[in-house]
Amino acid sequence: MSGEQKLQPVLEMRGVSKTFPGVKALREVSLTLYPGEVHSLMGENGAGKSTLMKILSGAYTADAGCEIRIGGESVVIDGPQSARDLGVAVIYQELALCPSLTVAENIYLGRELHHGPRIARREMELACGDILKRLGASFKPNTVVSTLSIAERQLVEIARAMQGNARILVMDEPTTPLSSRETDRLFALIRQLRAEGLAIVYVSHRMAEIYELSDRVSVLRDGTYVGTLARAELSADSLVRMMVGRDISGFYKKEHRPFDPGKVVMSVRNFSDGRRVKPSGFDLHTGEVLGIAGLVGAGRTELARLIFGADERISGEIEIDGVPVSIRTPLDAINAGIVYLTEDRKGRGLFLDMSVRDNINVCACSRDARTGGVMNLARANERANGAIRELEIKVPNSKVNVGALSGGNQQKVLLSRLLEIQPKVLILDEPTRGVDIGAKSEIYRIINELAKRGVAVIVISSELPEVVGTADRVLVMREGELVGELGGYSGRPITQESIIELATGAGGESEALKQAA
Amino acid sequence: MSASATLSTTPSTPRENLQNLMRTVGMLPVLILLIIGFGLIADSFFSVQNFSIIAQQASINIVLAAGMTFVILTGGIDLSVGSILAAAAVVALIVSGIPDIGLMGIAAALLTGLVFGLINGGLIAFLKLPPFIVTLGALTAVRGVARLIGDDKTVFNPELPFAFIGNDTILGVPWLVVIASLVIIGSWFILRRTVLGLHIYSVGSNPEAARLSGIKVWKVLLFVYAMSGLLAGLGAVMVSSRLMAANGLQLGQSYELDAIAAVILGGTSFVGGVGTIVGTLIGALIIAVLTNGLVLVGVSDIWQYIIKGLVIIGAVALDRYRQSGART
Repeated sequence: MSGEQKLQPVLEMRGVSKTFPGVKALREVSLTLYPGEVHSLMGENGAGKSTLMKILSGAYTADAGCEIRIGGESVVIDGPQSARDLGVAVIYQELALCPSLTVAENIYLGRELHHGPRIARREMELACGDILKRLGASFKPNTVVSTLSIAERQLVEIARAMQGNARILVMDEPTTPLSSRETDRLFALIRQLRAEGLAIVYVSHRMAEIYELSDRVSVLRDGTYVGTLARAELSADSLVRMMVGRDISGFYKKEHRPFDPGKVVMSVRNFSDGRRVKPSGFDLHTGEVLGIAGLVGAGRTELARLIFGADERISGEIEIDGVPVSIRTPLDAINAGIVYLTEDRKGRGLFLDMSVRDNINVCACSRDARTGGVMNLARANERANGAIRELEIKVPNSKVNVGALSGGNQQKVLLSRLLEIQPKVLILDEPTRGVDIGAKSEIYRIINELAKRGVAVIVISSELPEVVGTADRVLVMREGELVGELGGYSGRPITQESIIELATGAGGESEALKQAA
Repeated sequence: MSASATLSTTPSTPRENLQNLMRTVGMLPVLILLIIGFGLIADSFFSVQNFSIIAQQASINIVLAAGMTFVILTGGIDLSVGSILAAAAVVALIVSGIPDIGLMGIAAALLTGLVFGLINGGLIAFLKLPPFIVTLGALTAVRGVARLIGDDKTVFNPELPFAFIGNDTILGVPWLVVIASLVIIGSWFILRRTVLGLHIYSVGSNPEAARLSGIKVWKVLLFVYAMSGLLAGLGAVMVSSRLMAANGLQLGQSYELDAIAAVILGGTSFVGGVGTIVGTLIGALIIAVLTNGLVLVGVSDIWQYIIKGLVIIGAVALDRYRQSGART
């Protein structure tokens, strides 16, 4: 492949910057793409990968002063349609198909074939049949999309890109929802497309995939372009150093003190929703950080939501400080001193079109309201400004809409809303998802400090280094069950390997542990 | 951390200030343009007397639109306010005829509105029915109730004890205008200065996040529909005190549409979470000025409808365009 790269680049982006209110998401980023290459784009969350791809696909407009060339010609991408016309196709994580329409209708969406007013459904299906055959699809053009699997829907998206004569195909974490066999098939297809001369931008966090597929890898960090490595230069060390920009040892702020829990603050018994959470229980001590690990879909979030009263349970008793409490709604949980940071920050956490101040105050403000429920504005401002200072939330002022902030700062706003209630038990569900590396280490610092002050913290995380780096004790879930405990008094070390063993059932010793738990 | 360098902590620039101002004043420029325009075309437009007429004509819609603002801020809609107004007015007229306690007609109207509002709110908050469906049903059903109560006739009371509301002034300001102003001030206070107000915005902005924040969503929904009903009852007092009569069939027909138009003109988002009561006031005044101006200019009734509809669509389109311009 590398010998052919003397040919003309299909895409050149130079000096691309993007400013959002208060935040510069991209600074002078460049990217060059040749036909017939798989070019991976790496970087921590918030590094600017998705912003750059959204500029390429026309979802965002770049700041003035950049140059974008496609096929050697200077172009202006001012919307999704113009990107498509220029041969740019994007396959997003959340697939953008109409589930109730057929495969052919989706592939031709927006550019349907027609004879006068009559839609030429047969011709569309015939043409799609050829493309689908080329892609190795086993379904028919007249299949309704809602009956297809996720992997098959991805194929429909790729077929749509092919039908539109795309020259540049952007794939954003395409393997996340796929099984390993489906992933293998996708990779074979990607290689086929590459051989046909397509330029593919592959965005992924998974190192193994990057190695397997990439001809070149470009790395972004904090909105700037760090560099590009050719296949021969790839190594895990160099990539991590480029992404992180510093040595990552000492990144997690846990003080590795001996396990010395306080008294039991929360005792959960027999919690179950009858479906995704089988009867589960555990004790939580003051001042400890309890990690809950497990594969995606193991029931961690579901268990947390049951404890918080967000979903209905069919069984379960809970004691706070030794006293049984009845938790039926989130309000009950909050009143009992339990708060929950949702994994779905934008969908279920923040009020995006409301100010930072209101977002922080929405829970706590009723506690210091004057008679008749009149807001104590002075107190509300004080609280918001205090949180902005303490958690180092980067905003011009507290009146800014929270939707305009970066992921890390949004997360800190949400976190400070919960902290203002002064909880005894803090449940954090994927606390650093979609958060830049600076905010990440801030959040670890906060977790550590809260634990020191005696708050009991539960950290649910899919990032193993995060669990290992923050937790004093780890419970592992598998298929809705708590299958084992690490750290604490269990005498078993908390390592990525020991967690994986329990989470996948590879260890085969979960039965004994279940009795202990 | 280098991320701090990417942040502009500078105080807002004059351009940002202007954009903020534009966002706050919303449709005010449209209102001012309309006033200037009609002032130039119609001689009699610029007079204290005419402005007083406009204010009185606007006052009932302002009161209904204030209630509608609460509802739309939660992402809901209340189509039943016109019908509730009719029912409450009929009740007010009947009670006002009872010797000695005629003034109780006011309380009776308010109570009627409140009860219907609570029914709407209860169905929406507890049975989780869609607001559009519930209030569409109420639009028809309560209209029927209004006719039933009044025996399908017009109820008169030439000696209405609270006729002063419709006809007198206090310190030179018509009672109707005073009431509408108090409603706007009260609504502003609730929305901007109370915990409940913050919760109303929260529920409209993200209902699931509101629930997870421990907000009693049902309470908020019950409140906004009760408020809308109560203010429809107040509107009934205002209408009937001018007419000294109430007809269950005709009174308040399509009032809900004017109220919704005022809220939307005022920049409140139809999906909830964004909007101000001041915007609603401006929206209601735009509608009133337009109606009054078109009459003075001598535009026929038919064309008034067409022009009003187009102005509503045009003004909102202009607003969208302006806001998208402000964002980039």
